[in-house]
Amino acid sequence: MNIETSKTKPANKTQGVNEYERERVPDSKLKGIGSFVGMYAGEHAAGTEFVIGPLFVAHGVNAVELILGLLIGNFLAVLSWALICAPIAVKNRITLYYQLEKICGSRLVNFYNIANGLMFCFLAGSMIAVSATAIGIPFNMKMPGLNDFYPNSISWILAVFFVGAIITVVAMRGYEMVAKVANIAAPWMILVFLSAGIAVLPDLGVSSIGDFWTVAKEKIWVGATASDVSKFNFWHVTFFAWFANMAMHIGMADMSVLRYAKKWQYGFSSATGVYIGHYMAWIAAGILYSVVLIQIVPEGYTLAEYLPQVTSGDLPPVAPGPLAFNAAGLAGAICVVIAGWTTANPTIYRAGLAFQSIFPKQNRMQVTMIAGAVATIGAIFPALVMKLLDFVALYGLVLMPMGAVIFIDHYFMKKFNLQSNYAELAGIKFNAPAGIAWIVTLCICVGLNVFGGVEIFFLGLPGWFIAAILYIVSSKIAQKKQLVIN
Amino acid sequence: MKILIIISSIIGLILTILPSILLFNGTITADIQKNLMIAGMVFWFISAPFLMKKKNTAE
Repeated sequence: MNIETSKTKPANKTQGVNEYERERVPDSKLKGIGSFVGMYAGEHAAGTEFVIGPLFVAHGVNAVELILGLLIGNFLAVLSWALICAPIAVKNRITLYYQLEKICGSRLVNFYNIANGLMFCFLAGSMIAVSATAIGIPFNMKMPGLNDFYPNSISWILAVFFVGAIITVVAMRGYEMVAKVANIAAPWMILVFLSAGIAVLPDLGVSSIGDFWTVAKEKIWVGATASDVSKFNFWHVTFFAWFANMAMHIGMADMSVLRYAKKWQYGFSSATGVYIGHYMAWIAAGILYSVVLIQIVPEGYTLAEYLPQVTSGDLPPVAPGPLAFNAAGLAGAICVVIAGWTTANPTIYRAGLAFQSIFPKQNRMQVTMIAGAVATIGAIFPALVMKLLDFVALYGLVLMPMGAVIFIDHYFMKKFNLQSNYAELAGIKFNAPAGIAWIVTLCICVGLNVFGGVEIFFLGLPGWFIAAILYIVSSKIAQKKQLVIN
Repeated sequence: MKILIIISSIIGLILTILPSILLFNGTITADIQKNLMIAGMVFWFISAPFLMKKKNTAE
């Protein structure tokens, strides 16, 4: 999931490299499609894929729902990158942050950065926890259970602190070395995901390719859950796959990456990432979990019959390290560590940059250390991993309204006789309509969730339109009263 | 040298995926599969950094 953030391109300037933070990317620096195909393919093979696949199994998705839901949801995600994010990125060729500053003003961007930084911290925390499950294998550490909120052992806390400390120290020193490791490891990691999935198929009774579909329906994605676990269906899978990277596509964060594309059509290269990381890898990870899940079923029962009779506490832990170790041995466990590390590291680095933009006088290393500490403390709580699906949806939801604001500002302001890039032209630091669109959208989404019972996975789509309408209406009111710009 | 690096990288990737296919077919045991995957990992991480470096230099 990358839920995932770019492993290779932090948003700000790196030492000695001009990242064109406050200017258009010059034509001479544009990149061919190969760069984007490789970047997306590597970026979406993250440690968290090992968690998301098993969680679909635990939430009782059936095989047809999973295969079709992922196919369609990922297709919609690719369209969102290609048709919403990429055209604006290629037209303007500036970073998300600079674009937001032009529209919203620097003060509102600071609030966005706080939200962004905090989300990055907790995202990195989930990746630290994923790596910690692999670090604990040699010590026979008790893994957190599906319904654990608090840490279940001292060894878990120690493993998380160990991983968190190393990742934070490396992030404090910059991201380049980790970016190199991530690039080197990506092709190998993708094959380990696939290989691990294939290796455990005989344990489920698959002896030929022809058996797979029957086994998939009866032993992997059986459409049943433990009695206290919410049941997912086709729509959950579709919307989750579509919005797993909501912050990146309709939230426009990937403007910062796609501004280097020669053509907007390069947005379609995101297909390599989602169909490897969010299709093959989630399916493979689900297979790995079903191998341990099937072991709890007593003789005479099928998995679908037995699951409703147990609670989530009876289910085996969703622990990526042991799952991968069981299927692929040491290579699998190391894959989990590297996948978690290479994604957590730039995420902490980015969180540090986001916080530093708010406190520019603070030393970047100190700010990154604080971000790493927050991520590590978050990782101690297994709920961050066990509720990863909800957190991923929340992460996208919080940042998405600003994507709607950028989209409307780019395409529709003139049609409504309104001024685009209003904050820059009016010289204001806080463009109230953009702030209203963001905050009121989130309040409405919370209301729909709490009082309307709409699950978080389904809030992104209405939320985007709510933000768009709010931005137009509030701009119509505010821009009339404020400075008239020629 | 360049050829050796490329061959080593390819061997690394083949040893990552092929052992699991052979295990699935019943040709090898799980222990052999896991050991071969470790060998694949070693081959890949020894050669891939040089492979990537050459690619970046060429670009």
